[in-house]
Amino acid sequence: MTRKRALWAALFALGLLLVVLGVLNGGARDVLAKAVKICSECIGLG
Amino acid sequence: MVKKLPRPSTRRLIQLYSALLYNAHLKGFAEGEIYTGPLKSVCVPGLNCYSCPGAVGACPLGSLQNAVAASADRPAFYIVGVLLLFGLLLGRVICGFLCPFGLIQELLHKIPTRKVPKSPLTRRLSRVKYGVLLLFVIGIPAWFALRRLPLPGFCKFICPAGTLEGALLLMLHPANEALRAMTGGIFWWKFSLLVLILTSCVFVFRAFCRFLCPLGALYGLMARLALLGVKVDRSRCTDCGACLRVCPMDIRAVGDSECVHCGKCIDVCRFQAISFRAGKLVLRGRDPSTPPRCGSAQDDTGKGARQ
Repeated sequence: MTRKRALWAALFALGLLLVVLGVLNGGARDVLAKAVKICSECIGLG
Repeated sequence: MVKKLPRPSTRRLIQLYSALLYNAHLKGFAEGEIYTGPLKSVCVPGLNCYSCPGAVGACPLGSLQNAVAASADRPAFYIVGVLLLFGLLLGRVICGFLCPFGLIQELLHKIPTRKVPKSPLTRRLSRVKYGVLLLFVIGIPAWFALRRLPLPGFCKFICPAGTLEGALLLMLHPANEALRAMTGGIFWWKFSLLVLILTSCVFVFRAFCRFLCPLGALYGLMARLALLGVKVDRSRCTDCGACLRVCPMDIRAVGDSECVHCGKCIDVCRFQAISFRAGKLVLRGRDPSTPPRCGSAQDDTGKGARQ
């Protein structure tokens, strides 16, 4: 396996791990909580 | 005699379908309300404001800023992991194929006017988006996180997708008079910026993408590692530069951090050195493991079309 491929695989595994940890620590819930309300900053009101 | 419209390219169709898919909550357009279902915990890969009434997913940039702003309480594992996976799998193919705002910019550029060509100046300007990423997406939210004040800097002060897809589409709906009554200085600043950006796109190809988009900057950092995208077979490349000349972006090399993988270079390469690949699988262009066609523009001596 080349170094580039090994790096890609390691980063991909890290990404998966971060997503899982993020779901477990409530990160996905935070994304949902923000996205289901009108973002006043986004629309120029906040 | 009626002139037939040219058939849209596969890339254009993918751009259109992804824009429709990201904004498939049609009821939101009709009622002037945003979607509040569970799909909004999933980030779409391209720039699409989650306050667009049609948006069914979360904006990755807005989510990142909010996660940074809340990082004093909770590490931003989820959104960092999602962006890492998007970047490793797709890189800036997202910009070229899966970003609704990129599509809007390209359509505006089709308006027939004189165009501003790329130059050493535009190449220098393409670095500004890294500053936007550091300051508005990371710096400002992180700074205010120390004060326990969530402030998504890019969303609040710059994001044209938020103004176009969120603000205008919500505020133009008759049911949202209360929102219209709340407009103030920040709204008019963002609206002016939107007009400036959209106008620039008429004359400058993908002006926002090239010079300001922090999401493109982020994905560009992973350009060399991305699985999908336009790749060069160095054994066939003669460094003729045809790919660089035809490219509308400020690339130094095909597939670098500025490349949005539109594939224009594949069409002009006389030596069939460029292909669109997913890993080793060739999706468009010549498979490097197959010999050239008989009587094709080039042969194994590399003499090319000059014969």
